[in-house]
Formats: sequence, structure tokens, C-alpha cells
Amino acid sequence: MFTAKIWKLGDDIDTDIILPTEYLAFETVQEMKPYAFSPLRPDLASKIQPGDMIVAGNNFGCGSSREQAPEVVKALGVSCIVAKSYARIFFRNAINNGLLLIEQPDLFDEVNEGDIAEVTPGKEIKVNGKSYDIASLPQNLTDILDAGGLVKAMRKRNGLD
Amino acid sequence: MGHTLIEKIIGKKVGHDVKPGDIVTVPVDWCMVDDIMVPFAVQKFEEMGFQKVYDPNKVVLIYDHFLPATQTDDSRHFRVGDEFADKYGIKNVHRTDGICHQLMTEAGYVKPGDIAFGTDSHTVTYGCVGAFSTGIGYTEMAGILGTGELWIKVPETIKIEIDGTVPGNVTSKDIILRIIGDLTASGATYKSLEFTGSTVEAMSVASRMTMSNMSVEAGAKCGLFAPDDKTCDYCKIPYDDEMRELHGDDDANYSQILRYRAEDFVPVCACPSLVDNIKPVSELKGTKVNQVFLGSCTNGRLEDLRTAATILKGKHVAPYVKLIVTPASRKVYRAALADGTLEILSDAGAIITTPGCGLCCGRGGGILSDDEVVVATNNRNFLGRMGTSKVKIYLASPATAAATAIAGEITEA
Repeated sequence: MFTAKIWKLGDDIDTDIILPTEYLAFETVQEMKPYAFSPLRPDLASKIQPGDMIVAGNNFGCGSSREQAPEVVKALGVSCIVAKSYARIFFRNAINNGLLLIEQPDLFDEVNEGDIAEVTPGKEIKVNGKSYDIASLPQNLTDILDAGGLVKAMRKRNGLD
Repeated sequence: MGHTLIEKIIGKKVGHDVKPGDIVTVPVDWCMVDDIMVPFAVQKFEEMGFQKVYDPNKVVLIYDHFLPATQTDDSRHFRVGDEFADKYGIKNVHRTDGICHQLMTEAGYVKPGDIAFGTDSHTVTYGCVGAFSTGIGYTEMAGILGTGELWIKVPETIKIEIDGTVPGNVTSKDIILRIIGDLTASGATYKSLEFTGSTVEAMSVASRMTMSNMSVEAGAKCGLFAPDDKTCDYCKIPYDDEMRELHGDDDANYSQILRYRAEDFVPVCACPSLVDNIKPVSELKGTKVNQVFLGSCTNGRLEDLRTAATILKGKHVAPYVKLIVTPASRKVYRAALADGTLEILSDAGAIITTPGCGLCCGRGGGILSDDEVVVATNNRNFLGRMGTSKVKIYLASPATAAATAIAGEITEA
């Protein structure tokens, strides 16, 4: 279980919003960090603290397949994203980059930015005294997340790290 | 409660019933790595520390995007692929045989009910034979190469029922373009499309392939057709009880059902620069074109070339219009050569190229420049796809493409 402060975004947060094309060519994800979410909320990246969480509506991560999008969110220290739904390539890229994604249909409509959530992965999220059920991820996905991404998970699987 | 086709395919592979939203790990029957992604997949595979490929016979390397090479760095991709194949005993390497999505069923790999992943978004094409196939990133491909499995989320299904007989100048390309226009470019995100109805049953496998191929342009994870006797004939397998079971049940849970009357379809184009910007060809009449492209994994098959040849026979492309014809594979090329199709196209003034992805991905001969207009039978009209960002790309059927080449302006067949 961990507690996290909520930053709230809307529906259809596309990968161009998460990280605009002009910053994709930076050599390191550290250089990209200040520009995360900049088309929508230019000050958000500087406000997000390690451990905070993002709550959003439908179709989070739609658009291009750029793996820099989940990478930069992870680099900001975001503990998890809770959305109504995700675009399929973003979902996969996020898990493979070690970023926890949770699907929850009701939370978005009932919480406010700045609320504090208690997250128990695979079980529930508690906010303002109310509990929201969340589905559990299968062990293999949890393994990828715990390892810090797919390359690391595979290295661990192969007895290298 | 019955099951949709995708639920049946996945359920059978994992050995238990599945429902939309379930996350399951599936065994992978086929991995396809194309020449663009080979070096990246190999690098990740080595970083992951694998000592062997899970099953070399299930891995297929296909060189198509860079063939023949047009830039000096391209051949490095072939070299890395060849070295990887030699090191790990991969025998299924197609170095000059055609486009990956054509070859994966044509060369006998993917069969109905199989699960296949590829490093290209148009991997969805194999849904034409009732297989679950979709595109993934190269990091995930590296993982599959080592483990032989991948986690997937079972998608919801949109059922698309089409009944009746289409007008003579309408092809399956016009049908899928109209459907994408109706769904929008994101309307099927994360979902499986399941095509059914008497119109679909009457289609050739090649025509179905065009529709599966473009299902990703509506965001779909896959675009499936239930296998029938034609499918099994194409795949050279018996049409048995196992095959007959591979269809969506009447009482399955569909998230949405779209119904069309085939007689209502008209020839259409996807206009610049969105795949869901669909307009009837009749409304575009008079639009001058500089080039016409007939080819790609969407519409580069024998029936596509024959359709064009029927229209072009005894005629000639308009002055100043370049008609570029690219068969989807060597097999298609040779068949079109043998039956006289290529001769008709050549007599009409077509430039016939080697099989490959070439012009469709903006790599091959026929790149266009600012303010030029191309009518093309491929699948994407994104900005800059076939040249500069000011090229205007209209996606159309082979019939519309041929009629347009003769007239020099967008024309209904």
C-alpha cells in the first residue's frame, strides 16, 4: 500500500500532450521531464512530486507509439496512473517501462485534484473515505513492473541481475 | 453466453474461457520481424540476455521496407538480420520475396486460429484467415523471441454485418474506407473488429485481406473474418469441425454492431490527410493527379492488378501521369506475368516495380513533392507519408486508381 497525491487530467490525453514531438529527440529522459504535459498544463511537470499519481478519464495515451511518453511520466516519479481506459500501445509501453497503470471506471468522476489516495495494488484505492475496487494484474505483469520494465524483467528471468 | 471470434481464438490457446478485459499470457505461434525493426529487436534481445530463440521455426524475418536499398545505411539492416538468423538457426528469412504481411499467409505460415505478432502495425492483416495478429514494439518482440509468449488483454468486439451485393465499381477497399470513416480513426481502439454477412462470405480471401489490413486505421487491435472453405483452400488445410467452430456466436456479447447494405456502398477516397476523411469519388471528380500508385499490403494482390488491367486494357495512362504498379510478392508478380496482366499494365504505360513496401512507406521509387497529388491504393495518407508534407494523398481502390490514371483526374471506375 502507498499514499499518493492526485493530479487530475481529462479524457483523450494523447502522447503529444504527454510529450510533444519537438522534445522526443533529447538524448536523455531527464532533459524531457520539464516538458511533460506542457501543451495542456505547462507548470504540471514542475509541480509533480515523486510518489504523486495521475487520475484521468478515457483513452489515456492515445496517438503515436512513442515510448518516451510512459518513460517521461515514470521519470517524473509518478507512482501510478488511474484512468477509465488506456490506448493499447501506451498501455503496453507503460508496463514495459515499469509504470503502474490501473483501470478504474468511477474514481475519476468522484475525486478532486489534491486529494490523497491510498493505493493497494491489485485490491483497492481509498479516497475521502470511499473505497474503489481495482482489478489485480496477473503475476507476470506485476513481475515486469517490480523489475522496473521488460528488459530488466527478462534479464532477471535469465539470471543476469 | 456465447463467444466472439477473438474470445474463441484466445480461449482455445490459453485453455479456458476468456472475456473482454481479462489479461492473459498467450503462446505465440508466429513472430514476424521486418527489416526496419530487426536491428532494434536484436539489440533488445541481447540486452535481455537470452541465449537462444524460443523456437527458430516460428520466427520469420522479412526484408521488404528497404528493398531494394535506397540509402547507404539500409543494407546494415539486412546484415544484422542475416547474422541473427545464422546465429540462432532461423531458416524463415525472406530476403526478396515480397511484403511481410502478404507473405505471412501466402507462404504458408499463419493459419486460422493462430496467434501472431509482428513489429509493424499492419500485422493485423492475418485476421483475413481468422488468426489473431497485431503489431507490437521491438522491445516486446525481443521478449517473445526469448520466451515464446506475450501477455494480452482480451478485447471487446465490434461486429460489422454487411449483406447484399456491392455495385460493380465497389471493392472491399471502398467498404473498409467507409467503415473507418463511420468509426473514426479511434473508434475501434483496443477492440476487435469481426466482419460477417453475405457480402463478406462472397468475398475472396484477398479482398478480406484488404479489410483486415486497414482495421488498425480505426485503432483496432485486430480485424477478423471467420474461416470458411475459401480460407482453408488458401491456407491448404482441411475445412473441418475445428475450423467451423471458429466464428462469433449469435449470443456473443458484442460491444457494438454496425449493419450495412452492400448496395449502399459507393467508390470512396480517404482524402488528405486523415484516413477517416472519407468522400465519394463522385464528389472529387476533376481533381488533377500527378501519380497513381497500385500496390502495397493493402491492394497489391493478383485480383487488384487484374481489376486495374481490365480497366486499362487497350487504353493508356494520361500524359504526365505516372502509374506505378508494385505487386505485393514475387508470387503475385509471377502470376500476373503468366496471365498477361503485367503486359496489359505495361502496354498502358505503367511502371512496374519489384515487390516490396517501397513507395507506401515513402522509401521506394515514386516519391512526390510539394503540391503534387497522388491517388494510391495503400493504407495511410498521413502528412509526409509518400514524400513531402505538402503532397496530397488520396487513398482509393484499384478500380478507382486505374480509372484515375487514364483520366488524369480522380474518376469513378
